[in-house]
Amino acid sequence: MALRKPKLAVWKFSSCDGCQLSLLDCEDELLAVADAVEIANFAEASRAVVKGPYDLSLVEGSITTPHDAERIHGIRRVSKFLVTIGACATAGGIQALRNFKDVKEFISIVYARPEYIETLKKSTPITDHVFVDFELYGCPINKHQLVEVLSAFLNGRKPNTPPHSVCVECKQRGTVCVMVAQGTPCLGPVTRVGCGALCPAYARGCYGCFGPKETSNPASLSGWWSEMGVSNRDLMRAFRSFNAYAEPFRKQSEAHEK
Amino acid sequence: MKNSVIKVDYLARVEGEGALLVKIKGQQVADVKLRIFEPPRFFEAFLRGRKFNEAPDITARICGICPVAYQMSACHAIEDACGVKITGPIRELRRLIYCGEWIESHALHIYLLHAPDFLGYEDAVRMAKDHPEHVKRGLRLKKAGNEIVRLVGGREIHPINVRVGGFYRWPSKEEFSILAEELKWARDAALETVRWVARFSFPAIERDYEFVALQHRDEYPLNEGRLVSNKGLDIEVREYDQHFVEEQVAHSHALHSRLKERNAYFVGPQARYNLNFDKLSPVAQEAARSAGLSPVCRNPFQSILVRSVEMVYACDEGLRIIEQLELPVEPAVTVEPLVSTGYACTEAPRGILYHRYRLDDRGVILDAKIVPPTSQNLKTIEGDLEQFIQAHIGIQKEQLQWQCEQAVRNYDPCISCATHFLELQIEQQ
Repeated sequence: MALRKPKLAVWKFSSCDGCQLSLLDCEDELLAVADAVEIANFAEASRAVVKGPYDLSLVEGSITTPHDAERIHGIRRVSKFLVTIGACATAGGIQALRNFKDVKEFISIVYARPEYIETLKKSTPITDHVFVDFELYGCPINKHQLVEVLSAFLNGRKPNTPPHSVCVECKQRGTVCVMVAQGTPCLGPVTRVGCGALCPAYARGCYGCFGPKETSNPASLSGWWSEMGVSNRDLMRAFRSFNAYAEPFRKQSEAHEK
Repeated sequence: MKNSVIKVDYLARVEGEGALLVKIKGQQVADVKLRIFEPPRFFEAFLRGRKFNEAPDITARICGICPVAYQMSACHAIEDACGVKITGPIRELRRLIYCGEWIESHALHIYLLHAPDFLGYEDAVRMAKDHPEHVKRGLRLKKAGNEIVRLVGGREIHPINVRVGGFYRWPSKEEFSILAEELKWARDAALETVRWVARFSFPAIERDYEFVALQHRDEYPLNEGRLVSNKGLDIEVREYDQHFVEEQVAHSHALHSRLKERNAYFVGPQARYNLNFDKLSPVAQEAARSAGLSPVCRNPFQSILVRSVEMVYACDEGLRIIEQLELPVEPAVTVEPLVSTGYACTEAPRGILYHRYRLDDRGVILDAKIVPPTSQNLKTIEGDLEQFIQAHIGIQKEQLQWQCEQAVRNYDPCISCATHFLELQIEQQ
């Protein structure tokens, strides 16, 4: 270990701030983290800015403006490791719903004078623009997974964040399957674990906050939902939320649009 | 001071992206602009075509700091459209989760974002080196608020247990009793916060504000009430659009709100406190008095003190709810769509949050309007800065800049909310 503390930077693009807030929500670990790293650039928490390069950059949010599309390259250049956090940074976020529509129409719905608004046609994940060392999923991310990622990068190992489905975690925590037992449509079979399989434990179907799991099969799940009487329109909406632009979910929602 | 520019390119310790630009010509403030460059996210646009029961989960994503506020305004507006009024334990549990969000958000702002300004630290981590006991208390308070949100809502950020009509399931009685113990500690810690913050020195500034908040006959406002002000406004929430207007300005991605009749207004803890002091619990009223606060507080730098008093109230109210709560069988009432328009205003930690939805017969949202608290305060913040800088034009630029930032943070601005919308520059010519 070098004598100096590793430098941590937190960057924000288009987002709700919730994922970087997860770092401040680590109430029990925050001061310990601040002991282990130098918080060198974290606007939400400090007005002090330490110059780069940085050992680890956490990037929240998606790219939606020409300026941000440039800014991310500068951040990549000053970052040894770049980790994206949350559904906006990894999949474009809820604001990627514009990708399925004409953004000009969107601007005119919200703003009376669209000429003042500079925005790109699509909201895109960070990985579409620069090389990303690791992606942490979720809307919002799980703070325990965030601490795991920080710990892993500080110790030069790979983070342990399981890629399997929410179903596996339901079984682990002993939650009775809401889809089989109650006939509640659930995205659990195609959604990446990380939340702790929360929704089924609260008697509701998973709604896909953590995005598609590895090798997911949304088409098959759609078939089951249809048999349960879910309309094509509602299926499209189900796949088109916080991870709408993640490829497996995007393709499936488009299949239901036809 | 000769002609100069104070420029803060990226305002720190606020939620979201904004900048401040102040131009000074000779001894006069020439221009103050709070620039919001947080990119727009078009929530109102993509809510069109979504189902009415999706609104709470979608709008929660406008803000990671106050998702409960969005869920509450969305649920109440949809229920208003569908002719449903929630009473009894569901109404009480909604107050409880909102108290949790107030505690979490107020503790975050008081301890991690605002107190460092008063004590001269760049951030709370640096402040913790000299004042560890205060920062640790703040973090535990924040955690107590988050525990309420987690217990009732399933998780702290973007809770999953809130739905149109109520909740998906009740938390268990045992879980509530563990929470009650921590809340008793939190109420004492909030009282200690009031005593600590009362010792800060507050720059003097007072303007003739119009404070706007909800007011309810029986309680300190959270989810329900009439919209009132100290200058005669007294309307139903559904009359909001007749009295308030949102305008687009070139320097900002956030729309600026104003009262049609009188212009700028002030929302948030101070507005609520000034208009509803008599509804605070006796413990919270006593805490305010002993800290030297009168029932009307006009100095925005004292917002940190008012926020601390509200934190006492939220702990107290949370305890009252937990002690009296009887949970029936059904955690939600059925809500059927109606061809109608629904309106709601609830008190987010930063002030009134207005939602309006128009629905068709299948419950599809035809149009949506959302006005977050921060965009309602922007004009008032710019006005404060102008007066503050004019009064302190001779002081050293670096100090002036820091105090300008502090003045912005008086309002705990949440820029992510306002673009659904901040940057600081002071320019001297």
